[in-house]
Amino acid sequence: MVAPSNAPTVRERAALILGRAAGTAARRLGRGGGTALPGLVAGALAPSLLGRLARQAGQGVVTVTGTNGKTTTTHLLAAILRAHGVRPLTNPSGSNLERGLVAAYIEDALPDGRIADAEHRVGVFEVDEAVLARLFPRLHPRVAVFLNLFRDQLDRYGEVDSVGEGWGGMLARASRDCTLVLNADDPSIAQLTHGTHAGVITFGVDDAAVRLPRAEHASDARFCRCGGRFAYDAIYMGHVGVWRCTSCGERRPVPRVSARRVALRPDGSTVEVAIDGALVTFEVPMAGLYSVYNALAAAAAAHALGVPVTTIVRALGEAGPAFGRQEQFDIDGRKVRVLLAKNPAGMNELLRALVAGAPDGQPVHLLAMLNDGVQDGQDVSWIYDADIEVLAGHPVTVTCSGDRADDFALRWHLAGIDPAAVVPDTEAAIDDALRRTPAGGRLDVVATYTAMIDAREALARRAGVAAYWEKAAR
Amino acid sequence: MTVGDASTPGRAIRVVTLYDDVMNVYADRGNLIALRARAAEHGVGVEVTAVSLGDPLPPDADLVLIGGGQDREQRRIADELAAHGPALRAWAGAGTAMLAVCGGFQLFGRWYRDASGTELPGAGVFDVTTLAPGPGAARCIGDILAAAEIAGVGEVVGFENHGGRTYLGPGAYPFARVEFGRGNNGEDGTEGAVYRNAVGTYLHGSLLPKNPALLDWLIAAALRHRYGESAPEATLTPRPAPYAERAHASASAVARRRSPKFEPVVK
Repeated sequence: MVAPSNAPTVRERAALILGRAAGTAARRLGRGGGTALPGLVAGALAPSLLGRLARQAGQGVVTVTGTNGKTTTTHLLAAILRAHGVRPLTNPSGSNLERGLVAAYIEDALPDGRIADAEHRVGVFEVDEAVLARLFPRLHPRVAVFLNLFRDQLDRYGEVDSVGEGWGGMLARASRDCTLVLNADDPSIAQLTHGTHAGVITFGVDDAAVRLPRAEHASDARFCRCGGRFAYDAIYMGHVGVWRCTSCGERRPVPRVSARRVALRPDGSTVEVAIDGALVTFEVPMAGLYSVYNALAAAAAAHALGVPVTTIVRALGEAGPAFGRQEQFDIDGRKVRVLLAKNPAGMNELLRALVAGAPDGQPVHLLAMLNDGVQDGQDVSWIYDADIEVLAGHPVTVTCSGDRADDFALRWHLAGIDPAAVVPDTEAAIDDALRRTPAGGRLDVVATYTAMIDAREALARRAGVAAYWEKAAR
Repeated sequence: MTVGDASTPGRAIRVVTLYDDVMNVYADRGNLIALRARAAEHGVGVEVTAVSLGDPLPPDADLVLIGGGQDREQRRIADELAAHGPALRAWAGAGTAMLAVCGGFQLFGRWYRDASGTELPGAGVFDVTTLAPGPGAARCIGDILAAAEIAGVGEVVGFENHGGRTYLGPGAYPFARVEFGRGNNGEDGTEGAVYRNAVGTYLHGSLLPKNPALLDWLIAAALRHRYGESAPEATLTPRPAPYAERAHASASAVARRRSPKFEPVVK
């Protein structure tokens, strides 16, 4: 039941109306997007909107944060909840600052500022890792999902450590009725249990067959909170694996949601999962071990919300990819897949999935796009932390594109793979890359955030699919 | 007389990387990747010794690399690095080439007072000191373009991201003069420090991949250290670096467009 105090104030109702009008105007003017503006306008007019939104969701709020996998995990959890008969209230893809959450409110608000059927709804919000600590007290989440913590956009966050420290302070004040869904395999996430009263459900991978032969360079948690050095019985990606501290002896907790056997395929994975002892099989609809982690996180969050395991399994099998995350288009007889890569850990996982998806020396055709906007990270040095070298020795054709096409071309050159072409312009680069992909073959577009938005829009137009703002904002 | 690369088979430089498993926050391994690739083009072998916590220094080195780290990581290595200070200063004095970036540059100075007020000892290769300002002060973050004070190196481009403000002592010379960006402290227009063949700098980005003139200068200096000033093995034949030059031009244009033109602070 909605308490009377949840009724929006006059000011909040006005802000919702003006925010919506701003979005409509932006779309009419043909300015793509129109997804940031409504939330920005409404949030500025009534800063209390975010708390009002959270209090209206009768079944509570779930936050999803971490460096990689926020959008996909949010998308999968929303799909599971829909299968469970609960209408999620969720923010448009990737719009994970305060304005994005307010935009979700605007989208679902009735004329009186209330949310339709609010008492039966769950808020499922992806939240940027650097702003979560600020929004957490106002969102008062029932479930808070923490996926991983890698280096990402250091030009914005300053240092990796400061993000983790912000979370620690925030969770020290979290209440007992909040459940943390934590990646047991990432020590910087698993160690969040220290100093909090919140409940905990962990997820992780227990299949030595998918571990890496050696540690990767892009590892950001080499040292325990006690100052000791971590050792690993298995590393799955970056610093994620079966860890233990060589000094204080703390070790990776046994995950309550655990992937016992993982079969990776070019377009998805089959995973045997134990959920609190019950054995089930997940069909994960996206390639790569990182997608398996996202599915485990979504399943653990749904489990924390009381969704039956059979519903979780069914919903995962039926879910498609999230916006710009392994979405596939048919263009000129070629399959074109869009892959977001915005930091070393994410890029490494993508490249590994590409190699696994092209066995027996089949060629990989790539359009590699590097932009340097605020949302991409203005500092492009991260490409040197990514292991582009894993593709060396594999037949690859690469077209480099984006604002920093020349920087990317140099990186590929230094990895021993000279680009077939360097074409900064998006449309011309797509033409070039399609020409180099044989009919019936697949082109993978690996792109930073704004480059992904550009490429997806151009590809969707060519394939006759809805444009970004039509899909993202409905 | 031009000595071709083919006539000097087997020449190599001894490279020491310091704490590269701890100090690598801003993609500093790109410097080693570029060094290996460029040295191969010049027909120069690269023998790398990775020195980390608890390891002794090898007897000698032609080129030393150290990258950046966060305060936590700097605290881990500072005492050990300072203990290597006398050896590193002797190497630098004897002409070993060095590249110390960001947090590594700070710890190659005399001392670094970090954000918590703790003073970390430095190796003292450069006569510089660094202060982390209080929590209210902005970090120096952005594209940077500077004119190197080393003959033939010219314009250097990169990205800087540091809280600490570094000040040159009377015995230090700047590596470069800031044209766009902030540099050592945002006040005096200096960027980094240079002592003989040792360079300290805030530029990552990564630095050596897209600054081929600096990279060649370091390789040449390392070869001179190994084989002697006038040895035929110490000669580098100029050769183009097309990918690096295009990336340099692109980063240079970005810095000119996006970063503030440096204006000295008038006190």
